[in-house]
Amino acid sequence: MDIFLVEAIINGILLGGVLALLALGLNLIFGVIDVVWIAYADIVMCGMYVIYVLYTHYDVPLLFACLAGIAGMAAFGVAVHLLIIAPVLNSAPINQLLATGGLLFFLQSFATLLFGTDFRNIGVRLPVVEVASIYISFARLIAFLFGLIGAVALYLFLKRTYIGTAIRAVAQDRDIVGLMGIDQRRIYLATSAIGGALAGLAACLLVLQYDVHPFIGNTFGPVIFMICVLGGLGNMIGGFVASFIISQIIAIGGYYSNTELSYVLAFTMFIILMFVRPRGLFAR
Amino acid sequence: MSRLGASAFALAALAAVLPAAGPAYFLHLLIQILIWASVYTAWALMGRFGFVSFGHGAFVGVGAYVPALLWNYFGLTPWVGIPAGIALAILVAVVIGYPCFRLRVVGHYFALVTLALSQVVLLTLVAAREITGGSLGFTPKAAGHSWYALQFPEKTYFYVIALMLWLLALSVWRWIDGGINREALEAISEDEDAAAAIGIDVLREKLRITVLSAALTALGGAIYGQYMMYLNPESVSGIAVSLQIVFAAIAGGVYSLLGPTVGALLTISLTEGLRVWFGVTFIGAANTIYGALLVLCIIFMPQGIVGTLRRAMAARAPKAAAAD
Repeated sequence: MDIFLVEAIINGILLGGVLALLALGLNLIFGVIDVVWIAYADIVMCGMYVIYVLYTHYDVPLLFACLAGIAGMAAFGVAVHLLIIAPVLNSAPINQLLATGGLLFFLQSFATLLFGTDFRNIGVRLPVVEVASIYISFARLIAFLFGLIGAVALYLFLKRTYIGTAIRAVAQDRDIVGLMGIDQRRIYLATSAIGGALAGLAACLLVLQYDVHPFIGNTFGPVIFMICVLGGLGNMIGGFVASFIISQIIAIGGYYSNTELSYVLAFTMFIILMFVRPRGLFAR
Repeated sequence: MSRLGASAFALAALAAVLPAAGPAYFLHLLIQILIWASVYTAWALMGRFGFVSFGHGAFVGVGAYVPALLWNYFGLTPWVGIPAGIALAILVAVVIGYPCFRLRVVGHYFALVTLALSQVVLLTLVAAREITGGSLGFTPKAAGHSWYALQFPEKTYFYVIALMLWLLALSVWRWIDGGINREALEAISEDEDAAAAIGIDVLREKLRITVLSAALTALGGAIYGQYMMYLNPESVSGIAVSLQIVFAAIAGGVYSLLGPTVGALLTISLTEGLRVWFGVTFIGAANTIYGALLVLCIIFMPQGIVGTLRRAMAARAPKAAAAD
């Protein structure tokens, strides 16, 4: 097999790790709160800017900048819930979509106002690893590993802790949990915080690979939605598997043609798959 | 003629004398408002029945690019090119709509499938950069003042064209509103199974309104392209345009004839006003305020501006009657 194709496939798998992380966050929020955060990828953008500013302007060590980014986005997730989602919680789903869509506009423009449209990077260049004459970017390898660690940590959290169990209970039946002594509002806040933190973690991993600019959310935002829908909205394992399917389509498509066409292919595949499995690939 | 129809007529009469009143920039703004108002009205044809499409950016893009491409590469007049663009938009609407409605892809899933569609058109336009100019945009060959090329340097011509387009969109709305299909569509939006049970052909009704909406949207895109004489994938297709359409229509209100027009009037004058106000000193400030206002609008006026006003008036009317 062609060595570049192998490289493309490996890069696809590595990309899938980060996408899976984002899909998990979005899916968690959808499954529990029943709202789709259209602006989810833009929260990642905010996280990237936080890390960028702390690291380059205030000389905060990268690790602490990243931790601050995760904590900051967790807080941001809570703020988004309190300020935007809570008031429209009982509105029509379309209004909920639009409220977070307005947030998307707001965040992108506000970032433009603060930082301009320049591409910025933190100037950390990680080495390239060579394995059997295949070149793998170390940044992507880290991103993949931490993506998996994040996913496993989320899984354990949901399975093993009290709050995690409560979150799963709300996702299963939001009307009955009140009878079990679970405060629904607190669970919503906790879920938003976790969703935000996952976006923050993704920001740490992406800031190592890509330049930050106000519209970076547009690059992978639509892809994350596709992944979640393909896996079945709210279905975490489905989303996890779908991340790797989509990232492979993009990577292999990019190898045979160009980037835009590989995305066209991915979106078209998504539309067709939706017709084959209208409730997601792994719907029962 | 109903009260709404009469007010629409009065507004049209007012619109006919407006262009004489202001400078060219004012006219330019008015043309844009009319064209987008038609597109938003076209979207609301579906949107009011709960078929929320995030894919109308695709139809604007197809409608705008097809006539321009045919004109530049084959010298084909837009009089043929625009119908060709509309035909392609209808084809796309059927290819996506038929399986969607057949397989009952509804709600979030429908919104996201159509979202993917608008991205497919955007990325195809960017990827085919040898033909379309990609992200750099595409300029139709200028032909001066020409009916054949449907190009007029004088804005008044396009003002009349845009006005006619807008009136067409409003009449289509009225036509649907007055017809039997409206009740069928309302039944479908309430409960598809129940609608099917009383003998409504759900698939046909949904497909019909989608095709109508897509065709009108593509026509709007075509007129926009002919007027602007410059096309860019980002400004006529993709998620941004789709969201802009949904926003403005919802902000204005999708349940009343003039709701989408009010949405166009407000959003376009707001963005233009903010842009002029801030100038080039604070890039992004205008859109930041715009975004914040959108969120506030959705939170505090879920019925849209026209819907909220009407409710407020309806609430006041009985009180006024009681006072007499």
